Amino acid sequence: MQPHERIGAAIAAANSAGRTGLVPFITAGYPDPGKFIETLEAVAAGGDVVELGVPFSDPMADGMTIQRSSFTAIENGVTLRWIFEQLAAAESGIDTPLVMMSYLNPLMSFGYENLARRARETGVCAFIVPDLPYEESEEIRLALESQGVGLIQLVTPATPDERLAMLAGASRGFLYAVTITGITGGDTGLPDSLADYLDKVAAVSPLPVCAGFGIRSAADVVNVGRHAAGAIVGSALVEVLERGENPTEFLKALR
Amino acid sequence: MSAVINADEARTLLAASIAGQLPDKRGRFGPFGGRYVPETLVPAFDRLEQGIAEHLHTDDFQDEFQSELRTWVGRPTALTHAPRLSERWGAEVWLKREDLAHTGAHKINNAIGQALLAKRLGAKRIIAETGAGQHGVASAAACARVGLPCRVYMGAVDIERQAPNVDRMLRLGAEVFPVETGDRTLRAAIDEALREWVTDPAETYYLIGSAVGAHPYPYLVRELQAVIGTEARAQVIAQAGGLPDATFACVGGGSNAIGLFYPLLGDQDIQLIGVEAGGTGSGLGQNAATLATGTPGVLQGSYSIILQNQDGNVQETHSISAGLDYSGVGPEHAFLQAVGRVKYVAASDDEALAALEELCETEGILTALETAHAYAAARRWAAKNPGKRILIGNSGRGDKDMPTLTQYPVRTSNNAAA
Repeated sequence: MQPHERIGAAIAAANSAGRTGLVPFITAGYPDPGKFIETLEAVAAGGDVVELGVPFSDPMADGMTIQRSSFTAIENGVTLRWIFEQLAAAESGIDTPLVMMSYLNPLMSFGYENLARRARETGVCAFIVPDLPYEESEEIRLALESQGVGLIQLVTPATPDERLAMLAGASRGFLYAVTITGITGGDTGLPDSLADYLDKVAAVSPLPVCAGFGIRSAADVVNVGRHAAGAIVGSALVEVLERGENPTEFLKALR
Repeated sequence: MSAVINADEARTLLAASIAGQLPDKRGRFGPFGGRYVPETLVPAFDRLEQGIAEHLHTDDFQDEFQSELRTWVGRPTALTHAPRLSERWGAEVWLKREDLAHTGAHKINNAIGQALLAKRLGAKRIIAETGAGQHGVASAAACARVGLPCRVYMGAVDIERQAPNVDRMLRLGAEVFPVETGDRTLRAAIDEALREWVTDPAETYYLIGSAVGAHPYPYLVRELQAVIGTEARAQVIAQAGGLPDATFACVGGGSNAIGLFYPLLGDQDIQLIGVEAGGTGSGLGQNAATLATGTPGVLQGSYSIILQNQDGNVQETHSISAGLDYSGVGPEHAFLQAVGRVKYVAASDDEALAALEELCETEGILTALETAHAYAAARRWAAKNPGKRILIGNSGRGDKDMPTLTQYPVRTSNNAAA
């Protein structure tokens, strides 16, 4: 099994067990770089796939919560290089498939071939790059795929139908359905038209569809789970970490 | 992706540029440019690109735009001979007076052009970002003119150092939204404007203020600002009897520089020199000399040269002038540097202040701190190249800089502190 195929398998396993796949997001090394692996293990135990955020100086698709966690992590010395080193050194090993979320520039700076190799070595099965539309993605996509690592595509309620079909076909791992027209961490609630939108996305996607943005509670996960294979929980979890609370309890409540 | 261009490629690409063939279909100037935006904005960029193709170069749009430039902006702006400055420098100096355009800087050319376009595209509201406040003021004025609501994103640091412009925007009916995140200057303001646009891509028009960002913005802004160079070229031939030997413009994002340089690219005997902010020194974080010291990367929608650390995080900058205080630069400037057509140099805070005062006392023109950087570099060039004809893009006026200037002693010879 290629690394990117582990992601769909993990979501499918959750669905077979009668659950919505849960994809928790954390900003790597936040709030305390010294507890990164410990936090990651706790989150991995409560999720089916973990999305790991690489902090960036200009997170233009993110709301206040993830901006804050990014800036704090950067100040504390968290870099892509450091994240790979920590993952490589983690003694217990983390079985849950990891997906890395990063803006393009840190990845470009690291070098795509090196990136793909390090990802494969450290259990990173796919990447989500929020400022990289498909049309600009060929170089990094081919480099990642040469190591069996996927590039996850995002679709949004603003995506026209033809483009939706193209992106669904191009995605690897899962297809990321952005629930709202907006940035992460919104508190406006999920839109009424969500069910129709997610059903439409699921109908064209050969991969499991995971919904993200604005999913904050067990009720949201249930709501989304009726129309999508998985739910991505980001800002709400980062806020739990920000308050110094236990992520295990929070994630258990979501399952 | 490689930012390295060999000599043969450089010749071919420069010829394509002069022939008006760049950016290419993918929004590229050679390797630079492109469109790196969140998926939510892809349809909005497609619509904008289509709207530009449909309207920008039609007679109907151009008639309206040219009429507004003539009767509301006050174009053509003057080309001024600077005899006393010329005498001091041992040169023949000519100034393209964008400071005389409505609202006091070249920014208005782009703002009114995009506001007219937004109206045609059916936008319900306009958002803009601003550094020095000049683009914010220009956007506020243009939106009032076409009758669209306007919100301007401005870093908290810039709000403090450009207070007069904040007041002007408010009186022009715009909402000024303070940005407290990131570096709290222009870069953070652009990030925040993009976040706002992502929440309403269908009805909001993002009126970007410089030749930066994702395709088609660098192209659109260049087309709207090229009036500067087109006018200046004809004026200098008529008034001076020939083309200049060298032309200088300051570069932050680079809209006034691309507007002045683009129509002169084919006149290959003219040396084109862009001047960035050298700040207080050459160390990372002490300046905003992106092209001189930066490396290739993607920031805010395009592949260009940026100031970044080894981990790909964008570096904070320093300049005495808010309008140049930016870690990126328009992709077409990165391209023009790579193919060797334009040379980019830096001038320090101190050099800019001295140049500003020299222009005040020799020609009676208070120029913007941004613009003063171009004079500082031109002065150095004139000292090494005596007797040459020099054209300087006087991109804006300095009234907005009074809160900054009053922090420094008057150095003008008659009034210098003892």
